[in-house]
Amino acid sequence: MTWQLAFLATLDGLAYAALVFMVAVGLTLIFGVLRILNVAHGSFYAIGAYLAASLGIAIAAGGLSPWLTFPALILAAVLVGTILGTLIERALLRYVYLKEDVLQLLVTFAVFMILEDVQRLVWGVNPYFEAVPLRLLGNISLGGIFYTNYQILVLPAVALLILVGLRLFLRTTLAGKLITAVTEDREMATAIGVDTGRVYLITFVIGATLAALGGALASPTTSLVPGMGADMIVLSFAVVATAGLGQVEGAALAALLIGLGRSFAVYLMPELEVLVPYLVMALVLLVRPEGLFGVAQRRRI
Amino acid sequence: MAGRLNAQALLAVAAVVLIAAAPLMAQWVKVLLTIALAKGLAVLGIMILLRAGQVSFGHAMFYAASAYAGAFVGRWTGGGELFVLIGAGLAVSLALGLAIGVFVVRYRYIFFAMLNLAFSMVLFSILEKFFHVTGGSDGMRIARPTVLGMELERAPFEYVMFYLTLGLVVGLAWGVRRYLASPLGQALAAVKSNETRLEYLGMSARHALLVGYVLSAGLAGLGGVLASITQGLATPEIAYWVRSGEFVFIAILGGAGTVAGAFAGAVVYEGVRSYAAAYFADIWQMVLGAVLLAIILFAPGGLVGLAERLTGRRLRGGSADPAVAADQARVGER
Amino acid sequence: MSQPLLETRDLQIQFGGVVAASGVNLDVIEGETLAIIGPNGAGKTTFLNLCTGYIKPSAGRVTFRGADITARSPRAITRLGIARAFQIPQLFAEHTVLENLLLAAAVRDRVWNPFRRLATLPARGEMLALLDLVGAGDLADQPVEVLPEGRRKLVDIAIALALKPRLLLLDEPTSGVASAEKFQIMDILANALARERVTAVFVEHDMEVVRRYASRVAVWNTGKITHSGPPDEVLSDPDVRRDVIGL
Repeated sequence: MTWQLAFLATLDGLAYAALVFMVAVGLTLIFGVLRILNVAHGSFYAIGAYLAASLGIAIAAGGLSPWLTFPALILAAVLVGTILGTLIERALLRYVYLKEDVLQLLVTFAVFMILEDVQRLVWGVNPYFEAVPLRLLGNISLGGIFYTNYQILVLPAVALLILVGLRLFLRTTLAGKLITAVTEDREMATAIGVDTGRVYLITFVIGATLAALGGALASPTTSLVPGMGADMIVLSFAVVATAGLGQVEGAALAALLIGLGRSFAVYLMPELEVLVPYLVMALVLLVRPEGLFGVAQRRRI
Repeated sequence: MAGRLNAQALLAVAAVVLIAAAPLMAQWVKVLLTIALAKGLAVLGIMILLRAGQVSFGHAMFYAASAYAGAFVGRWTGGGELFVLIGAGLAVSLALGLAIGVFVVRYRYIFFAMLNLAFSMVLFSILEKFFHVTGGSDGMRIARPTVLGMELERAPFEYVMFYLTLGLVVGLAWGVRRYLASPLGQALAAVKSNETRLEYLGMSARHALLVGYVLSAGLAGLGGVLASITQGLATPEIAYWVRSGEFVFIAILGGAGTVAGAFAGAVVYEGVRSYAAAYFADIWQMVLGAVLLAIILFAPGGLVGLAERLTGRRLRGGSADPAVAADQARVGER
Repeated sequence: MSQPLLETRDLQIQFGGVVAASGVNLDVIEGETLAIIGPNGAGKTTFLNLCTGYIKPSAGRVTFRGADITARSPRAITRLGIARAFQIPQLFAEHTVLENLLLAAAVRDRVWNPFRRLATLPARGEMLALLDLVGAGDLADQPVEVLPEGRRKLVDIAIALALKPRLLLLDEPTSGVASAEKFQIMDILANALARERVTAVFVEHDMEVVRRYASRVAVWNTGKITHSGPPDEVLSDPDVRRDVIGL
């Protein structure tokens, strides 16, 4: 492997890690507060991507400025996060908070099954490809290798913004502090009068929006096909499990680890590409069953 | 208690006789029923894990690994012998179950569910990517094998597969019931309710779960190889998460935690699917998801629970042991 | 003097800077009923956790019948003959009382035949007798979920006894129980210990219970054993009365 290829793989890995981080951090945030692993999270990612592509196509068809596709990416994410997120949390999840863990898992799995077909019904099975934002920003030459500005600048910048923004939000705002309180000790938070119902809803909407944003931002870089949601939920779970459940900063590091591992595999051992995230996860969990930054929980006896 | 048990046994015998006689009345149902019963075996595997409070979103990997093992052995031996193919499938699924089981029984709940899903996704992509070996997404044809050395025409072969599957289902349903009533099987419910106490009895929760896991992998594998030989085809699609989800769905539909529910669920599911899937082809997952939600929210007992309500009888109860549950039901009626 | 059944030597453990045990030396002699008393939050449960391998000490050693068990798991230690009853009863919630005991007997007797019914194990009669012994014979077929706390405590102790241990460790056997029931539980326990010839260590905060049922008392304070001796002597020690009993 030449240093140029290594450089290319690193850039690829960074761009990919940025996208995976956005989805995974939403998943881990929701888990931290609701104690539910949202399997439908992958669907938010996929629907965010499809909606962003559709908006992009509509903008082009309407003869509007192509630069509008950028706000359209954000709009797609917010629409998916608020509408689908609110709908699912209010109409469904709040009725299962007291049920067995297995049943909670099955409920989100059922939602995932439903949303998979929703995508098929609305967007069909043929691949979508809508790369206007990618082309608008042009390429950059780094050491003789051309790379898209979108992937090398926009994606990592947004991921960093989310990481810092989320940290500030959780530490400084009232809503953020409430979310942190519920994450750390649900009983105590309820006892001192925190309206957990609202905290759950806000968290779920934020998490869903982050997943949809990951999808929307990914849409210019890849063709959208059925099944992308299933791949993403497993991948983002791998990130979350590697980091430790509920760990925001940890998710960033794990996303980097898995993103870089995967992109190097693409260049070195392409057959192993799909395996790398799971290998990383399996190795970490073998040594630390609670993940890199997770805390082991034990039954009180 | 004896009366209650006899009523259950009678019901089971009646169901088996009905299914065994069905192809004699309507020939076309035998393949459908073979597939349904084969899937029921995989569902039975899921059900064993549900006893321990765990759900696997990846059991299709055993179903598929076994089917492909049968396909390969068939290819290498020029058609092959039915029982060799089945034996190969079973052996591969048990071995894979042990290898993956040793790893996943260290984890619970979401970790258990998602690690199984992750492993099955890996198998799925291997089956698809290594197309020069596995035939890619077209899969592998499985030529009709000989049965104890005899070459059979299609119709008699389908009868053989049907009655063989039915026989295995009856034997394994009985065996699994016994296992679940034994200390080892009852330890599964103990894993669900209190692992700490189990360890403080001197028993490893992981071992108890591993036994259940390997058994469930073997059942899924047996179902996979039987179904694929019957259909003459193994495709990567049977390793996909959709198939794993289907098994979990049927387990919940039938009534989580009951042996009878696994097969009742599978037969009803395949029956409905063969009619309805044509009309709902585009929204089949959606229908399944919606029904799954409805069962969890409104009819947690599944089909078995529904039957109990309709007949006013309790086929199971508070205890994890069916015999004791029947006893309790009687006490409750007094 | 014969070798102690259980010995701890210089056991130490900290939790995030808080020292729970700083050099604990305690011998448990075969046949005695030893009570451990001490202020709340002094780490008495931690001591039982250390002896049974639920947590590992940062330094020191635990020996049972001459064998070092410091690094062993609760499972392995239980198999060697140390059973434990818990402050919060640890029961199998999906099973009946009798099934809870039968599971213990099955593990003890290593009945792993998958075609052997739990409900009809040879030990069934023995377990029913044990339930009678602890005064819970009428509860055999009750689901444990519906039992009141006092009964749950008894079932928890019965599970430990079902293992036929050499040494029984009990964590606050009378906490969370109505005071009228306290002595009933302790009478049952003392009776069972004598009948089965089990050595016992129990953590207790009720001094009346300690005075009546312990053959020896050890005082746990600030991570150490500060006093040890016959109940009357230890309980009338002025330091103990001030620090532990609060008089």
